[in-house]
Amino acid sequence: MKIKQLSVFLENKPGALSAPCRLLAKADINIQTCSLADTREFGILRLVVEDTDKAKRLLQRNGFAVKVTDVIALEVADEPGGLAAILDALEGTGINIEYAYSFSSRTKGHALLLFRFSDPNAALRVLKERNINTVGSEELTKRLKG
Amino acid sequence: MSKNREIPPMHPASAMDFLPPAQLRDVQFTRLKDMVQRAFDHVALFRKRMDEQKLKPSDLRTLDDIVKLPFTVKTDLRDTYPFGLCASPMSEIVRFHASSGTTGKPIVVAYTQEDLNDWTRAVLRSLAACGVHNGDIVQVAYGYGLFTGGLGLHYGAEALGASVIPISGGNTDRQIMVMKDFGVTVVCCTPSYFLHLIDRAGEMGINMKELPLRIGVFGAEPWTEDMRERIEAGSDIKAYDIYGLSEIVGPGVANECTHQAGPHIFEDLFYPEIIDPKTLEPLPDGTEGELVLTTLCKRAMPMIRYRTRDITALEPTRCACGRTLRRIKRIGRRSDDMLIIRGVNLFPSQIEAALLKVEGTLPHYQIIVDRQKDLDTLEVQVEVTADAFSDTVSAMEQMKKRLAHSIEIITGLRPAVKLVAPRSLQRSEGKAKRVIDKRIM
Repeated sequence: MKIKQLSVFLENKPGALSAPCRLLAKADINIQTCSLADTREFGILRLVVEDTDKAKRLLQRNGFAVKVTDVIALEVADEPGGLAAILDALEGTGINIEYAYSFSSRTKGHALLLFRFSDPNAALRVLKERNINTVGSEELTKRLKG
Repeated sequence: MSKNREIPPMHPASAMDFLPPAQLRDVQFTRLKDMVQRAFDHVALFRKRMDEQKLKPSDLRTLDDIVKLPFTVKTDLRDTYPFGLCASPMSEIVRFHASSGTTGKPIVVAYTQEDLNDWTRAVLRSLAACGVHNGDIVQVAYGYGLFTGGLGLHYGAEALGASVIPISGGNTDRQIMVMKDFGVTVVCCTPSYFLHLIDRAGEMGINMKELPLRIGVFGAEPWTEDMRERIEAGSDIKAYDIYGLSEIVGPGVANECTHQAGPHIFEDLFYPEIIDPKTLEPLPDGTEGELVLTTLCKRAMPMIRYRTRDITALEPTRCACGRTLRRIKRIGRRSDDMLIIRGVNLFPSQIEAALLKVEGTLPHYQIIVDRQKDLDTLEVQVEVTADAFSDTVSAMEQMKKRLAHSIEIITGLRPAVKLVAPRSLQRSEGKAKRVIDKRIM
Protein backbone atom coordinates (compact mmCIF):
# COMPACT_ATOMS: atom_id res chain seq x y z
CA MET A 1 0.00 0.00 0.00
CA LYS A 2 1.29 3.36 -0.94
CA ILE A 3 0.83 6.54 1.00
CA LYS A 4 0.65 10.04 -0.44
CA GLN A 5 3.28 12.44 0.74
CA LEU A 6 3.29 16.18 0.17
CA SER A 7 6.56 17.99 -0.48
CA VAL A 8 6.76 21.74 -0.10
CA PHE A 9 9.59 23.98 -1.30
CA LEU A 10 10.92 26.30 1.38
CA GLU A 11 13.59 28.93 1.31
CA ASN A 12 16.18 28.48 3.99
CA LYS A 13 15.33 31.51 6.05
CA PRO A 14 13.73 32.25 9.41
CA GLY A 15 9.97 31.74 9.41
CA ALA A 16 9.89 29.69 6.22
CA LEU A 17 8.79 26.53 8.02
CA SER A 18 6.11 28.13 10.14
CA ALA A 19 4.09 29.53 7.22
CA PRO A 20 2.85 26.22 5.75
CA CYS A 21 2.45 24.69 9.21
CA ARG A 22 0.29 27.57 10.38
CA LEU A 23 -1.86 27.28 7.25
CA LEU A 24 -2.48 23.60 7.88
CA ALA A 25 -3.22 24.24 11.55
CA LYS A 26 -5.82 26.88 10.72
CA ALA A 27 -7.53 24.47 8.33
CA ASP A 28 -7.49 21.84 11.06
CA ILE A 29 -5.27 19.51 9.08
CA ASN A 30 -3.19 17.28 11.30
CA ILE A 31 0.37 16.52 10.29
CA GLN A 32 0.91 12.83 10.91
CA THR A 33 4.62 13.03 10.35
CA CYS A 34 7.08 15.28 8.61
CA SER A 35 10.72 15.63 7.78
CA LEU A 36 12.80 18.48 6.56
CA ALA A 37 15.61 18.12 4.06
CA ASP A 38 17.73 21.20 3.90
CA THR A 39 20.60 22.65 1.95
CA ARG A 40 22.39 25.92 2.51
CA GLU A 41 19.78 27.89 0.63
CA PHE A 42 16.58 25.86 0.37
CA GLY A 43 14.68 23.15 2.15
CA ILE A 44 12.11 20.55 1.22
CA LEU A 45 9.39 19.93 3.79
CA ARG A 46 7.84 16.49 3.45
CA LEU A 47 4.50 15.88 5.07
CA VAL A 48 2.05 13.09 5.56
CA VAL A 49 -1.39 14.40 6.44
CA GLU A 50 -4.82 12.87 6.74
CA ASP A 51 -6.40 14.71 3.84
CA THR A 52 -3.68 15.06 1.23
CA ASP A 53 -5.83 16.64 -1.48
CA LYS A 54 -7.23 19.29 0.80
CA ALA A 55 -3.78 20.15 2.13
CA LYS A 56 -2.35 20.29 -1.36
CA ARG A 57 -5.04 22.66 -2.62
CA LEU A 58 -4.65 24.86 0.42
CA LEU A 59 -0.89 25.11 0.06
CA GLN A 60 -1.04 25.71 -3.68
CA ARG A 61 -3.65 28.41 -3.26
CA ASN A 62 -1.27 30.13 -0.93
CA GLY A 63 1.54 30.13 -3.44
CA PHE A 64 3.61 27.13 -2.38
CA ALA A 65 5.28 24.81 -4.85
CA VAL A 66 3.82 21.45 -3.85
CA LYS A 67 4.40 17.97 -5.15
CA VAL A 68 2.66 14.71 -4.27
CA THR A 69 4.84 11.63 -4.11
CA ASP A 70 4.14 7.98 -3.32
CA VAL A 71 5.89 6.73 -0.24
CA ILE A 72 5.59 3.44 1.59
CA ALA A 73 5.10 3.01 5.34
CA LEU A 74 6.68 -0.07 6.84
CA GLU A 75 6.49 -1.62 10.24
CA VAL A 76 9.96 -2.23 11.49
CA ALA A 77 10.67 -4.41 14.48
CA ASP A 78 12.04 -2.18 17.20
CA GLU A 79 15.02 -4.41 17.87
CA PRO A 80 18.58 -4.76 16.59
CA GLY A 81 18.52 -5.73 12.92
CA GLY A 82 14.95 -4.50 12.35
CA LEU A 83 15.88 -2.04 9.60
CA ALA A 84 18.62 -4.27 8.22
CA ALA A 85 16.02 -6.97 7.41
CA ILE A 86 14.18 -4.57 5.12
CA LEU A 87 17.34 -3.38 3.45
CA ASP A 88 18.39 -6.99 2.89
CA ALA A 89 15.14 -7.60 1.06
CA LEU A 90 15.88 -4.81 -1.36
CA GLU A 91 19.47 -5.65 -1.98
CA GLY A 92 20.26 -6.48 -5.57
CA THR A 93 16.88 -5.29 -6.85
CA GLY A 94 18.19 -1.99 -8.17
CA ILE A 95 15.63 -0.12 -6.09
CA ASN A 96 17.10 2.87 -4.29
CA ILE A 97 15.94 4.47 -1.11
CA GLU A 98 15.88 8.20 -1.88
CA TYR A 99 15.19 9.00 1.76
CA ALA A 100 13.39 7.65 4.80
CA TYR A 101 12.00 9.06 8.01
CA SER A 102 9.86 7.80 10.83
CA PHE A 103 6.69 8.32 12.75
CA SER A 104 7.12 9.23 16.36
CA SER A 105 4.55 6.74 17.61
CA ARG A 106 5.45 3.19 18.38
CA THR A 107 3.07 0.30 18.71
CA LYS A 108 3.56 -3.19 20.02
CA GLY A 109 7.31 -3.18 19.75
CA HIS A 110 7.24 -1.84 16.21
CA ALA A 111 8.45 1.42 14.80
CA LEU A 112 6.82 2.94 11.73
CA LEU A 113 9.12 4.12 9.00
CA LEU A 114 8.38 5.92 5.75
CA PHE A 115 10.40 5.15 2.68
CA ARG A 116 10.67 7.01 -0.58
CA PHE A 117 11.82 4.39 -3.07
CA SER A 118 13.10 5.21 -6.52
CA ASP A 119 10.43 2.86 -7.88
CA PRO A 120 7.58 2.50 -5.37
CA ASN A 121 5.67 -0.14 -7.37
CA ALA A 122 8.69 -2.37 -7.78
CA ALA A 123 9.45 -1.91 -4.10
CA LEU A 124 5.91 -2.99 -3.18
CA ARG A 125 6.29 -6.19 -5.20
CA VAL A 126 9.58 -7.05 -3.57
CA LEU A 127 8.26 -6.34 -0.10
CA LYS A 128 5.20 -8.51 -0.70
CA GLU A 129 7.35 -11.41 -1.89
CA ARG A 130 9.30 -11.16 1.34
CA ASN A 131 6.14 -10.92 3.44
CA ILE A 132 7.03 -7.52 4.76
CA ASN A 133 3.87 -5.67 5.72
CA THR A 134 3.18 -2.23 4.47
CA VAL A 135 0.82 0.09 6.26
CA GLY A 136 -1.85 1.90 4.25
CA SER A 137 -3.22 5.31 5.02
CA GLU A 138 -6.39 4.18 6.75
CA GLU A 139 -4.52 1.77 8.93
CA LEU A 140 -2.00 4.49 9.55
CA THR A 141 -4.61 6.95 10.75
CA LYS A 142 -6.14 4.31 12.98
CA ARG A 143 -2.84 3.48 14.55
CA LEU A 144 -1.80 7.05 15.07
CA LYS A 145 -5.10 7.84 16.74
CA GLY A 146 -5.37 4.59 18.65
CA MET B 1 62.02 49.97 -6.53
CA SER B 2 60.58 53.39 -7.16
CA LYS B 3 58.15 54.82 -9.65
CA ASN B 4 59.42 56.71 -12.68
CA ARG B 5 57.40 59.92 -13.02
CA GLU B 6 59.14 61.31 -16.08
CA ILE B 7 56.85 62.45 -18.87
CA PRO B 8 58.06 61.00 -22.17
CA PRO B 9 58.38 63.02 -25.39
CA MET B 10 55.32 62.89 -27.66
CA HIS B 11 55.06 59.87 -29.92
CA PRO B 12 54.89 60.78 -33.65
CA ALA B 13 51.58 58.91 -34.01
CA SER B 14 50.05 61.31 -31.50
CA ALA B 15 50.43 64.19 -33.97
CA MET B 16 46.99 63.33 -35.34
CA ASP B 17 45.56 64.10 -31.88
CA PHE B 18 46.46 67.76 -32.38
CA LEU B 19 45.17 68.32 -35.91
CA PRO B 20 43.63 71.79 -36.34
CA PRO B 21 39.81 71.41 -36.27
CA ALA B 22 39.27 72.50 -39.89
CA GLN B 23 41.85 70.02 -41.09
CA LEU B 24 40.35 67.31 -38.90
CA ARG B 25 36.94 67.91 -40.48
CA ASP B 26 38.49 67.64 -43.95
CA VAL B 27 40.03 64.29 -43.06
CA GLN B 28 36.76 63.12 -41.54
CA PHE B 29 34.69 64.14 -44.54
CA THR B 30 37.00 62.54 -47.10
CA ARG B 31 37.09 59.31 -45.14
CA LEU B 32 33.33 59.34 -44.50
CA LYS B 33 32.52 59.63 -48.20
CA ASP B 34 34.83 56.74 -49.11
CA MET B 35 33.51 54.55 -46.35
CA VAL B 36 29.84 55.26 -47.12
CA GLN B 37 30.46 54.45 -50.79
CA ARG B 38 32.09 51.13 -49.84
CA ALA B 39 29.24 50.22 -47.49
CA PHE B 40 26.66 51.23 -50.12
CA ASP B 41 28.37 49.07 -52.72
CA HIS B 42 28.92 45.98 -50.58
CA VAL B 43 26.52 45.85 -47.61
CA ALA B 44 23.00 44.89 -48.66
CA LEU B 45 21.31 46.07 -45.48
CA PHE B 46 22.90 49.52 -45.67
CA ARG B 47 22.07 49.89 -49.32
CA LYS B 48 18.45 48.91 -48.66
CA ARG B 49 18.14 51.51 -45.91
CA MET B 50 19.71 54.19 -48.09
CA ASP B 51 17.35 53.27 -50.92
CA GLU B 52 14.35 53.48 -48.58
CA GLN B 53 15.34 57.04 -47.74
CA LYS B 54 16.17 57.75 -51.39
CA LEU B 55 19.71 58.58 -50.36
CA LYS B 56 22.89 58.14 -52.37
CA PRO B 57 26.47 58.41 -51.11
CA SER B 58 26.77 61.49 -53.33
CA ASP B 59 24.11 63.21 -51.18
CA LEU B 60 26.81 63.70 -48.56
CA ARG B 61 27.88 67.24 -49.40
CA THR B 62 29.32 68.24 -46.06
CA LEU B 63 30.38 66.41 -42.93
CA ASP B 64 27.19 67.55 -41.20
CA ASP B 65 25.15 65.60 -43.75
CA ILE B 66 26.10 62.52 -41.74
CA VAL B 67 22.87 63.05 -39.79
CA LYS B 68 20.93 62.02 -42.92
CA LEU B 69 22.40 58.51 -42.81
CA PRO B 70 20.43 55.63 -41.29
CA PHE B 71 21.40 54.31 -37.85
CA THR B 72 22.86 50.88 -37.20
CA VAL B 73 21.87 49.01 -34.05
CA LYS B 74 23.12 45.94 -32.23
CA THR B 75 20.29 43.76 -33.49
CA ASP B 76 21.44 44.47 -37.06
CA LEU B 77 24.60 42.53 -36.24
CA ARG B 78 22.58 39.71 -34.78
CA ASP B 79 20.12 39.61 -37.66
CA THR B 80 22.92 39.39 -40.19
CA TYR B 81 25.00 36.93 -38.13
CA PRO B 82 27.73 36.10 -38.80
CA PHE B 83 29.04 37.93 -41.87
CA GLY B 84 26.05 39.85 -43.27
CA LEU B 85 27.51 43.30 -42.60
CA CYS B 86 30.89 42.53 -44.13
CA ALA B 87 31.95 44.88 -46.91
CA SER B 88 35.10 42.98 -47.79
CA PRO B 89 35.50 39.53 -49.38
CA MET B 90 36.79 36.75 -47.10
CA SER B 91 40.09 36.85 -48.99
CA GLU B 92 40.73 40.26 -47.43
CA ILE B 93 39.44 39.50 -43.93
CA VAL B 94 42.23 38.46 -41.60
CA ARG B 95 40.62 38.43 -38.14
CA PHE B 96 37.32 37.96 -36.34
CA HIS B 97 36.30 38.94 -32.86
CA ALA B 98 32.98 38.39 -31.15
CA SER B 99 31.07 39.63 -28.15
CA SER B 100 27.94 38.37 -26.53
CA GLY B 101 24.72 39.42 -28.23
CA THR B 102 21.19 39.80 -26.95
CA THR B 103 20.38 36.12 -27.39
CA GLY B 104 22.50 33.01 -27.67
CA LYS B 105 24.31 34.10 -30.81
CA PRO B 106 27.38 36.28 -30.42
CA ILE B 107 27.98 39.46 -32.35
CA VAL B 108 30.75 38.97 -34.86
CA VAL B 109 33.12 41.67 -36.07
CA ALA B 110 35.64 41.33 -38.90
CA TYR B 111 38.89 43.11 -39.76
CA THR B 112 41.05 43.46 -42.83
CA GLN B 113 44.79 43.89 -42.34
CA GLU B 114 44.31 47.62 -42.85
CA ASP B 115 41.60 47.62 -40.15
CA LEU B 116 43.97 45.91 -37.75
CA ASN B 117 46.67 48.48 -38.55
CA ASP B 118 44.22 51.32 -37.84
CA TRP B 119 43.11 49.69 -34.60
CA THR B 120 46.68 49.09 -33.51
CA ARG B 121 47.41 52.75 -34.18
CA ALA B 122 44.36 53.84 -32.17
CA VAL B 123 45.52 51.76 -29.21
CA LEU B 124 49.07 53.04 -29.63
CA ARG B 125 47.75 56.61 -29.48
CA SER B 126 45.61 55.65 -26.47
CA LEU B 127 48.61 54.38 -24.57
CA ALA B 128 50.83 57.24 -25.69
CA ALA B 129 48.19 59.77 -24.57
CA CYS B 130 48.44 58.56 -20.99
CA GLY B 131 52.21 58.48 -20.95
CA VAL B 132 53.12 54.92 -21.89
CA HIS B 133 56.31 54.67 -23.97
CA ASN B 134 58.86 52.18 -25.20
CA GLY B 135 60.74 50.83 -22.23
CA ASP B 136 57.51 50.31 -20.32
CA ILE B 137 56.64 46.77 -19.33
CA VAL B 138 52.96 46.29 -20.07
CA GLN B 139 50.90 43.56 -18.46
CA VAL B 140 47.82 42.90 -20.58
CA ALA B 141 45.37 41.27 -18.18
CA TYR B 142 42.32 41.59 -20.43
CA GLY B 143 41.10 38.30 -21.81
CA TYR B 144 42.71 37.13 -25.05
CA GLY B 145 40.55 35.42 -27.62
CA LEU B 146 37.26 36.41 -29.17
CA PHE B 147 37.05 39.34 -26.75
CA THR B 148 38.75 42.39 -28.27
CA GLY B 149 40.37 43.56 -25.01
CA GLY B 150 43.46 41.34 -24.87
CA LEU B 151 44.61 41.35 -28.48
CA GLY B 152 43.63 45.00 -28.95
CA LEU B 153 45.85 46.27 -26.15
CA HIS B 154 48.51 43.74 -27.07
CA TYR B 155 49.18 44.95 -30.59
CA GLY B 156 48.90 48.62 -29.66
CA ALA B 157 51.44 48.25 -26.86
CA GLU B 158 53.80 46.28 -29.09
CA ALA B 159 53.55 48.89 -31.83
CA LEU B 160 54.47 51.52 -29.27
CA GLY B 161 57.63 49.54 -28.57
CA ALA B 162 56.63 48.57 -25.05
CA SER B 163 57.51 45.15 -23.64
CA VAL B 164 54.25 43.22 -23.56
CA ILE B 165 53.28 40.45 -21.16
CA PRO B 166 50.24 38.70 -22.71
CA ILE B 167 49.12 37.19 -19.41
CA SER B 168 45.37 37.43 -20.23
CA GLY B 169 42.72 37.40 -17.52
CA GLY B 170 42.43 35.36 -14.35
CA ASN B 171 44.85 33.64 -11.98
CA THR B 172 45.22 36.59 -9.64
CA ASP B 173 48.18 35.29 -7.64
CA ARG B 174 50.20 34.74 -10.80
CA GLN B 175 49.28 38.22 -12.05
CA ILE B 176 50.71 39.70 -8.87
CA MET B 177 53.82 37.53 -8.96
CA VAL B 178 54.54 38.55 -12.56
CA MET B 179 53.79 42.20 -11.81
CA LYS B 180 56.35 42.20 -9.02
CA ASP B 181 59.01 39.94 -10.55
CA PHE B 182 58.99 41.52 -14.04
CA GLY B 183 58.88 45.06 -12.67
CA VAL B 184 55.68 45.79 -14.59
CA THR B 185 55.10 49.55 -15.12
CA VAL B 186 51.74 49.51 -16.96
CA VAL B 187 48.76 47.27 -16.38
CA CYS B 188 45.66 46.92 -18.58
CA CYS B 189 42.53 45.31 -17.14
CA THR B 190 39.07 46.16 -15.85
CA PRO B 191 39.13 48.69 -12.99
CA SER B 192 37.25 46.33 -10.68
CA TYR B 193 39.78 43.59 -11.31
CA PHE B 194 42.62 45.95 -10.49
CA LEU B 195 40.99 46.81 -7.16
CA HIS B 196 40.86 43.09 -6.55
CA LEU B 197 44.57 42.83 -7.44
CA ILE B 198 45.42 45.54 -4.89
CA ASP B 199 43.53 43.66 -2.18
CA ARG B 200 45.02 40.30 -3.05
CA ALA B 201 48.53 41.75 -3.24
CA GLY B 202 48.04 43.12 0.27
CA GLU B 203 47.03 39.67 1.49
CA MET B 204 50.18 38.28 -0.12
CA GLY B 205 52.26 40.87 1.73
CA ILE B 206 52.97 42.94 -1.39
CA ASN B 207 52.42 46.68 -1.27
CA MET B 208 51.52 47.92 -4.75
CA LYS B 209 52.69 51.39 -3.83
CA GLU B 210 56.24 50.06 -3.64
CA LEU B 211 56.17 48.39 -7.07
CA PRO B 212 57.41 50.22 -10.22
CA LEU B 213 53.83 50.10 -11.56
CA ARG B 214 52.86 53.65 -12.51
CA ILE B 215 50.01 53.51 -15.03
CA GLY B 216 46.76 51.59 -15.27
CA VAL B 217 44.69 51.56 -18.46
CA PHE B 218 41.24 50.55 -17.33
CA GLY B 219 38.12 49.87 -19.33
CA ALA B 220 35.61 47.30 -20.58
CA GLU B 221 33.18 48.33 -17.85
CA PRO B 222 31.77 51.59 -16.49
CA TRP B 223 33.59 52.97 -13.49
CA THR B 224 33.42 56.00 -11.24
CA GLU B 225 35.67 58.82 -10.02
CA ASP B 226 35.40 57.22 -6.62
CA MET B 227 36.94 54.03 -8.01
CA ARG B 228 39.71 56.08 -9.61
CA GLU B 229 40.51 57.60 -6.22
CA ARG B 230 40.53 54.22 -4.53
CA ILE B 231 42.78 52.75 -7.21
CA GLU B 232 45.24 55.61 -7.12
CA ALA B 233 45.30 55.75 -3.31
CA GLY B 234 45.75 52.01 -3.04
CA SER B 235 48.54 51.59 -5.57
CA ASP B 236 50.09 55.01 -6.16
CA ILE B 237 49.55 54.78 -9.92
CA LYS B 238 47.69 56.97 -12.39
CA ALA B 239 44.45 55.37 -13.54
CA TYR B 240 43.22 56.14 -17.06
CA ASP B 241 39.90 55.39 -18.72
CA ILE B 242 40.00 53.60 -22.05
CA TYR B 243 36.76 53.32 -24.02
CA GLY B 244 35.76 51.09 -26.85
CA LEU B 245 33.32 48.51 -28.08
CA SER B 246 33.88 45.61 -30.39
CA GLU B 247 31.17 46.69 -32.84
CA ILE B 248 33.28 49.76 -33.60
CA VAL B 249 36.73 48.22 -33.25
CA GLY B 250 37.44 47.23 -29.64
CA PRO B 251 39.39 49.21 -27.03
CA GLY B 252 41.00 52.39 -28.29
CA VAL B 253 37.97 54.27 -29.61
CA ALA B 254 38.78 56.86 -26.95
CA ASN B 255 41.33 57.22 -24.18
CA GLU B 256 42.20 59.71 -21.48
CA CYS B 257 45.29 61.87 -21.64
CA THR B 258 47.45 62.62 -18.62
CA HIS B 259 44.94 65.31 -17.56
CA GLN B 260 42.44 62.53 -16.73
CA ALA B 261 39.58 64.69 -17.91
CA GLY B 262 37.54 62.17 -19.90
CA PRO B 263 38.51 59.96 -22.85
CA HIS B 264 39.47 61.76 -26.10
CA ILE B 265 37.78 60.15 -29.08
CA PHE B 266 40.14 59.42 -31.94
CA GLU B 267 37.87 61.42 -34.17
CA ASP B 268 39.88 60.97 -37.34
CA LEU B 269 38.92 57.26 -37.09
CA PHE B 270 35.63 57.28 -35.20
CA TYR B 271 33.12 60.08 -35.72
CA PRO B 272 31.06 60.80 -32.61
CA GLU B 273 27.54 62.20 -32.34
CA ILE B 274 25.21 62.55 -29.39
CA ILE B 275 21.53 61.93 -30.02
CA ASP B 276 18.37 61.97 -28.00
CA PRO B 277 17.67 58.22 -27.61
CA LYS B 278 13.91 58.85 -27.84
CA THR B 279 13.61 61.31 -30.75
CA LEU B 280 16.91 60.25 -32.38
CA GLU B 281 17.63 63.95 -33.01
CA PRO B 282 21.26 65.13 -32.78
CA LEU B 283 22.15 67.04 -29.61
CA PRO B 284 24.76 69.77 -29.25
CA ASP B 285 28.08 69.30 -27.42
CA GLY B 286 27.68 69.46 -23.68
CA THR B 287 24.23 67.89 -23.72
CA GLU B 288 23.79 64.39 -22.39
CA GLY B 289 22.43 61.75 -24.73
CA GLU B 290 23.28 58.51 -26.47
CA LEU B 291 26.67 58.20 -28.09
CA VAL B 292 26.53 57.31 -31.79
CA LEU B 293 29.75 56.35 -33.57
CA THR B 294 30.68 56.02 -37.22
CA THR B 295 33.83 54.19 -38.25
CA LEU B 296 35.50 56.44 -40.80
CA CYS B 297 38.10 53.94 -42.03
CA LYS B 298 36.82 50.44 -41.30
CA ARG B 299 36.80 48.23 -44.37
CA ALA B 300 35.75 44.72 -43.37
CA MET B 301 32.77 45.87 -41.33
CA PRO B 302 32.02 49.57 -41.52
CA MET B 303 29.63 50.83 -38.85
CA ILE B 304 27.52 53.78 -39.82
CA ARG B 305 25.89 55.80 -37.05
CA TYR B 306 26.09 52.89 -34.67
CA ARG B 307 23.96 53.42 -31.58
CA THR B 308 26.24 52.49 -28.68
CA ARG B 309 23.45 52.84 -26.08
CA ASP B 310 26.02 54.46 -23.82
CA ILE B 311 24.74 57.69 -22.27
CA THR B 312 27.33 60.46 -22.19
CA ALA B 313 28.02 63.97 -23.46
CA LEU B 314 30.74 65.46 -25.64
CA GLU B 315 32.70 67.97 -23.57
CA PRO B 316 32.20 71.38 -25.14
CA THR B 317 35.58 72.73 -24.03
CA ARG B 318 39.09 72.00 -25.27
CA CYS B 319 41.24 69.84 -22.96
CA ALA B 320 44.24 71.48 -21.29
CA CYS B 321 46.51 68.98 -23.06
CA GLY B 322 45.88 70.82 -26.34
CA ARG B 323 44.38 67.86 -28.20
CA THR B 324 41.70 68.92 -30.65
CA LEU B 325 39.97 65.58 -30.17
CA ARG B 326 36.75 65.93 -28.25
CA ARG B 327 36.25 64.11 -24.97
CA ILE B 328 33.31 62.08 -23.72
CA LYS B 329 32.04 62.33 -20.18
CA ARG B 330 32.38 59.29 -17.97
CA ILE B 331 29.85 56.69 -19.01
CA GLY B 332 27.66 55.50 -16.18
CA ARG B 333 24.44 54.33 -17.68
CA ARG B 334 22.94 52.98 -20.85
CA SER B 335 19.79 53.55 -22.84
CA ASP B 336 19.11 49.81 -23.01
CA ASP B 337 19.10 47.05 -20.41
CA MET B 338 22.59 45.75 -21.11
CA LEU B 339 24.71 45.01 -18.05
CA ILE B 340 28.47 44.82 -18.05
CA ILE B 341 29.71 42.16 -15.67
CA ARG B 342 33.42 41.46 -15.34
CA GLY B 343 33.79 43.14 -18.71
CA VAL B 344 31.26 40.84 -20.35
CA ASN B 345 28.10 42.23 -21.89
CA LEU B 346 24.94 40.69 -20.53
CA PHE B 347 21.33 41.20 -21.57
CA PRO B 348 18.51 39.96 -19.34
CA SER B 349 17.01 38.34 -22.45
CA GLN B 350 20.03 36.01 -22.54
CA ILE B 351 19.17 34.78 -19.05
CA GLU B 352 15.60 34.25 -20.20
CA ALA B 353 16.75 32.20 -23.17
CA ALA B 354 18.92 30.07 -20.86
CA LEU B 355 16.15 29.45 -18.32
CA LEU B 356 13.65 28.68 -21.05
CA LYS B 357 15.99 26.11 -22.51
CA VAL B 358 16.14 24.17 -19.26
CA GLU B 359 12.63 24.54 -17.92
CA GLY B 360 10.55 24.63 -21.08
CA THR B 361 8.57 27.57 -19.74
CA LEU B 362 9.97 30.81 -18.40
CA PRO B 363 9.98 30.92 -14.61
CA HIS B 364 10.02 34.20 -12.73
CA TYR B 365 13.59 35.22 -12.16
CA GLN B 366 15.68 38.09 -10.95
CA ILE B 367 19.23 39.02 -11.80
CA ILE B 368 21.23 40.35 -8.88
CA VAL B 369 24.50 42.02 -9.78
CA ASP B 370 26.80 43.01 -6.97
CA ARG B 371 30.44 43.69 -6.34
CA GLN B 372 32.15 41.70 -3.64
CA LYS B 373 35.82 42.18 -2.84
CA ASP B 374 35.87 44.38 -5.94
CA LEU B 375 34.75 41.59 -8.26
CA ASP B 376 31.41 41.59 -10.00
CA THR B 377 29.09 38.83 -8.94
CA LEU B 378 26.11 37.51 -10.86
CA GLU B 379 23.32 35.78 -9.04
CA VAL B 380 20.21 34.55 -10.78
CA GLN B 381 17.28 33.87 -8.49
CA VAL B 382 14.74 31.53 -10.00
CA GLU B 383 11.31 30.90 -8.58
CA VAL B 384 10.57 27.22 -8.20
CA THR B 385 7.50 26.15 -10.13
CA ALA B 386 5.31 23.15 -9.28
CA ASP B 387 6.46 21.49 -12.51
CA ALA B 388 10.13 21.94 -11.80
CA PHE B 389 9.87 21.07 -8.13
CA SER B 390 10.98 17.66 -6.91
CA ASP B 391 10.81 16.06 -3.49
CA THR B 392 14.48 15.04 -3.53
CA VAL B 393 17.37 17.36 -2.80
CA SER B 394 19.56 15.74 -5.44
CA ALA B 395 17.03 16.45 -8.20
CA MET B 396 16.83 20.08 -7.09
CA GLU B 397 20.61 20.42 -7.01
CA GLN B 398 20.74 18.91 -10.50
CA MET B 399 18.20 21.46 -11.63
CA LYS B 400 20.35 24.29 -10.25
CA LYS B 401 23.39 22.91 -12.05
CA ARG B 402 21.53 22.65 -15.35
CA LEU B 403 20.31 26.24 -15.03
CA ALA B 404 23.79 27.55 -14.20
CA HIS B 405 25.33 25.58 -17.05
CA SER B 406 22.77 26.83 -19.55
CA ILE B 407 23.39 30.44 -18.47
CA GLU B 408 27.14 29.97 -18.73
CA ILE B 409 26.89 28.53 -22.24
CA ILE B 410 24.78 31.44 -23.49
CA THR B 411 26.41 34.33 -21.64
CA GLY B 412 29.95 33.17 -20.93
CA LEU B 413 29.41 34.13 -17.31
CA ARG B 414 29.23 31.62 -14.51
CA PRO B 415 26.30 32.61 -12.29
CA ALA B 416 25.30 31.59 -8.80
CA VAL B 417 21.81 30.17 -9.24
CA LYS B 418 19.53 30.42 -6.25
CA LEU B 419 16.18 28.70 -6.11
CA VAL B 420 13.54 30.76 -4.34
CA ALA B 421 9.93 30.20 -3.34
CA PRO B 422 7.12 30.90 -5.83
CA ARG B 423 5.89 34.52 -5.78
CA SER B 424 8.79 35.58 -3.59
CA LEU B 425 10.45 37.83 -6.17
CA GLN B 426 9.63 41.49 -6.25
CA ARG B 427 7.02 42.52 -8.80
CA SER B 428 6.11 46.09 -9.46
CA GLU B 429 2.87 46.96 -11.22
CA GLY B 430 2.45 43.34 -12.10
CA LYS B 431 5.70 43.44 -14.01
CA ALA B 432 8.64 41.66 -12.49
CA LYS B 433 11.70 43.69 -11.67
CA ARG B 434 14.28 41.72 -13.59
CA VAL B 435 17.55 43.31 -12.61
CA ILE B 436 18.90 44.59 -9.33
CA ASP B 437 22.31 46.16 -9.78
CA LYS B 438 23.80 46.79 -6.37
CA ARG B 439 27.14 48.07 -7.68
CA ILE B 440 27.88 51.71 -7.08
CA MET B 441 27.44 53.31 -10.46
